[in-house]
Amino acid sequence: MLMTIVLIAILCISVAIAGLIYRVIKGPTTPDRIVALDAIGINLVAIIALVSIALDTNAYLEVILLLGILAFIGTVAFSKYLEKGVIIENERDR
Amino acid sequence: MNGIADFFIIVFILLGAFLSLVAAYGVIRLPDVYTRNHAASKAATLGVMSVLLGSLIFFYVKDGYFNSRVLLGIVFIFMTSPVAGHLISRAAYNSGVKLWGQSVQDDLKSAPHMKKTASKDH
Repeated sequence: MLMTIVLIAILCISVAIAGLIYRVIKGPTTPDRIVALDAIGINLVAIIALVSIALDTNAYLEVILLLGILAFIGTVAFSKYLEKGVIIENERDR
Repeated sequence: MNGIADFFIIVFILLGAFLSLVAAYGVIRLPDVYTRNHAASKAATLGVMSVLLGSLIFFYVKDGYFNSRVLLGIVFIFMTSPVAGHLISRAAYNSGVKLWGQSVQDDLKSAPHMKKTASKDH
């Protein structure tokens, strides 16, 4: 029963990631693509949790926090690049 | 595994999968980047938090193993995903992405701090 539910949930999130990949490919502007890639990263976290339930192991649960942090840092870097043109600025005083 | 915990795990996982699907549908169908960002950064966050909560309950009930990293992941996603949505939306506005054609109000156009931010890089 629980395995069926978990497999259905993995299917739903895979369909969601496919829709977001459509937006990454088609999206007219760059922020569209960043929004979709951020949402893909967040959905991959959910896929990792569901796969570790389906495989019945708790060895992959550290990856959840790691992938969350990496998605956030990537999004922040992309939006700083869009807004200022540089990611790490080296002016001494502003 | 008792029935009540099983019921809660199933409800949380199905709710999370449904919310992620709704978020992806919104990202496909909505007209401009701000509304898409609204859909993605709210519905996907709640859906993933719900899936992670279901997984936390599953491992706690089945193995008696409380994984604090998953709880930390829930808190981290709850804190950082709206911040990431705000940063993308602000970067989109400052880099000149137009609103949807049928939008009627743009309060940020006359806000003084946004003008200062927009004129800093020119």
